[in-house]
Amino acid sequence: MEFTRRGAIALGAGVAVTLMLPARGALAAAEDRIAEFTGGAATGEGGITLTTPEIAENGNTVPIEVDAPGAVSIMVLASGNPTPDVCTFNFGPLAGAQRASTRIRLAGTQDVVAVAKMADGSFVQAQNTVKVTIGGCGG
Amino acid sequence: MISRRDFLQATVAASAIYGASGIGNWAKLAAQQALTQDQLLEFDTFGNVTLMHVTDIHGQLKPIYFREPEINLGVGAVNGLPPHVTGEDFLKMFDIKPGTPEAYALTYVDFVSLAKSYGRMGGLDRVATVLNAIRADRPDALLLDGGDTWHGSYTCLKTEAQDMVNVMNALKPDAMTSHWEFTLGIDRVNEIVEGLDFPFLGANIFDAEWDEPAYEPYQMFERGGAKIAVIGQAFPYMPIANPGWMFPGLSFGVREERMYEVVQEVRDAGADLVVVLSHNGFDVDRKMAGQVPGIDVILTGHTHDALPEPVLVGNTLLIASGSNGKFVTRLDLDVQNGQMMGFRHKLIPIFSDVIEPDADVATLIDEQRAPYKAELEEVLGTTDTLLYRRGNFNGTWDDLICNALIEEREADIALSPGFRWAPSLLPGDPITREDLFNATSMSYPAAYRSEMTGETLNVIMEDVADNLFNPDPYYQQGGDMVRVGGMGYHIDVSKPQGSRITNMTLLKTGEPIDPARSYVVSGWASVNEDTEGPAIWDVVESYIKRMGTVHVDPNKSVKVTGP
Repeated sequence: MEFTRRGAIALGAGVAVTLMLPARGALAAAEDRIAEFTGGAATGEGGITLTTPEIAENGNTVPIEVDAPGAVSIMVLASGNPTPDVCTFNFGPLAGAQRASTRIRLAGTQDVVAVAKMADGSFVQAQNTVKVTIGGCGG
Repeated sequence: MISRRDFLQATVAASAIYGASGIGNWAKLAAQQALTQDQLLEFDTFGNVTLMHVTDIHGQLKPIYFREPEINLGVGAVNGLPPHVTGEDFLKMFDIKPGTPEAYALTYVDFVSLAKSYGRMGGLDRVATVLNAIRADRPDALLLDGGDTWHGSYTCLKTEAQDMVNVMNALKPDAMTSHWEFTLGIDRVNEIVEGLDFPFLGANIFDAEWDEPAYEPYQMFERGGAKIAVIGQAFPYMPIANPGWMFPGLSFGVREERMYEVVQEVRDAGADLVVVLSHNGFDVDRKMAGQVPGIDVILTGHTHDALPEPVLVGNTLLIASGSNGKFVTRLDLDVQNGQMMGFRHKLIPIFSDVIEPDADVATLIDEQRAPYKAELEEVLGTTDTLLYRRGNFNGTWDDLICNALIEEREADIALSPGFRWAPSLLPGDPITREDLFNATSMSYPAAYRSEMTGETLNVIMEDVADNLFNPDPYYQQGGDMVRVGGMGYHIDVSKPQGSRITNMTLLKTGEPIDPARSYVVSGWASVNEDTEGPAIWDVVESYIKRMGTVHVDPNKSVKVTGP
């Protein structure tokens, strides 16, 4: 039995405390990105749907979808990755829908965050926890 | 929809009827030594629609003993709610007298002595008799199979589930969904599915590459003047809990938004009644019932719970029909103008000594088993301990398997997966090869032997614990905790992942597990494709034959707090 998934291995008992440090660091980095994107403006809820699996079938390629009707731009962050940036989708005035899907890599269990900039300059945010697990014991 | 108040009245009426004529009478009947097939089947036909539900049969063609769990903890909002109620508490909650056939069927209390009185349960020939009797009352009753059917026995393994397919075909299901089926490998699953006379449903099974539905999501039926939609929901965590490389092109998941869409689709298509045939597990179904509007009935599966009454979430009925062929649920419904107006429910226990086997199905079962008779019946040894698996932590079957792994593979620590299948054996019973395969049969049986650090062991324990005790059911996979030999630990189920497991101790020295040290670990059923080692049944057979009579001491090395 091999455990190659870095995120899982980093979670050992003795390491739990040290793990908190990079996790907090990544979270801070994600907060910085959001602040850059919004220019420091507060983000609201609703009007944005982020669809992710609850548990990733494969942490290396996790399907996600964002949908924010009326958005001009949607930023996606993997808050627990060493570098949280995933992508920003920009929608022109002729876009039929402000919806996009892609597959992303997650280093371990974490929140995926989506922030949409709406046409009126306001911002809305959604986030989901995606679990990355060793698995293998379902009965 | 009918108002909640009217609905509750319907519920109370139905329960009152059943308190009087069905379940409540068992105790008296038993005392009079007069439990009969007619009494087990007694049912005042109701409404215009009948559903019959079986699930998680796990390859069990013949009657078996199956001890229900002693420990079945619920965390967060479901703490203390059914099915997280066991033993005496279960008997009190459902007003069942200890020592009755019902107490024997539904709880672990006094299991060994009651098993000797009331005998084995299940057997698909007895199930056939019950289905035929229901069909005599209601010829167009729907039979729905919740899956975990094509797995779990010696003959099922050797025939790649053809034995189960043949016998189930004789019972004439109207639809099924799936979980362990996919461990036959995708090619074999599709080969069987192409030959079925009924649909193999899974609204949440998708082609991984194209993100398109891979199997039929639902089937519409016309029964009693009502249009009934049966939506299939396969086990959501298939590629995580079982080897994804065996069905590489498929993606699963709870996919709540997909269920929402499919319910809308069938309602738009005129469904008067929406039934979800589910392999989600009870807590996942309970959450889904609260999140997705428009579902009338969820026939739950996967977590092997048997409940004598439906659980109501809003206006949705949750039905739990047990496992291993022990029970058949009959659910009669009054469906009028797109509304479920009322129900009558009975969880029918299949007492194999009381219910007459259906002769045709009995013959068919014998035919499936005949080529393997000698191997099935070979006695490997005897147990002087009750052998069972079901329960959140260690069961004696897994303690035996872990002891075998430690001794036969010279390991410090053994890991055995927290499966919920495997019938029980009583003290003094011979252990046949059939019994051993009932507890180990699978398509990825390699018993690995490798070195793991204490840290890695802790990661595994925390990971599995979170799959069981995450307070959000959508993050649970539905198995029990990984069973451990050679190592003790404490678990606080109320803590978050990473801090539930403490005091990991190597039992042979009594010393704490050192995160940095390597330990020799043996286990089985790894989901990794390149796992090497002898099949688990060979390891355990060798151990049982060497011991002659096996004895398993009570397991005192797991300490549980926090529910």
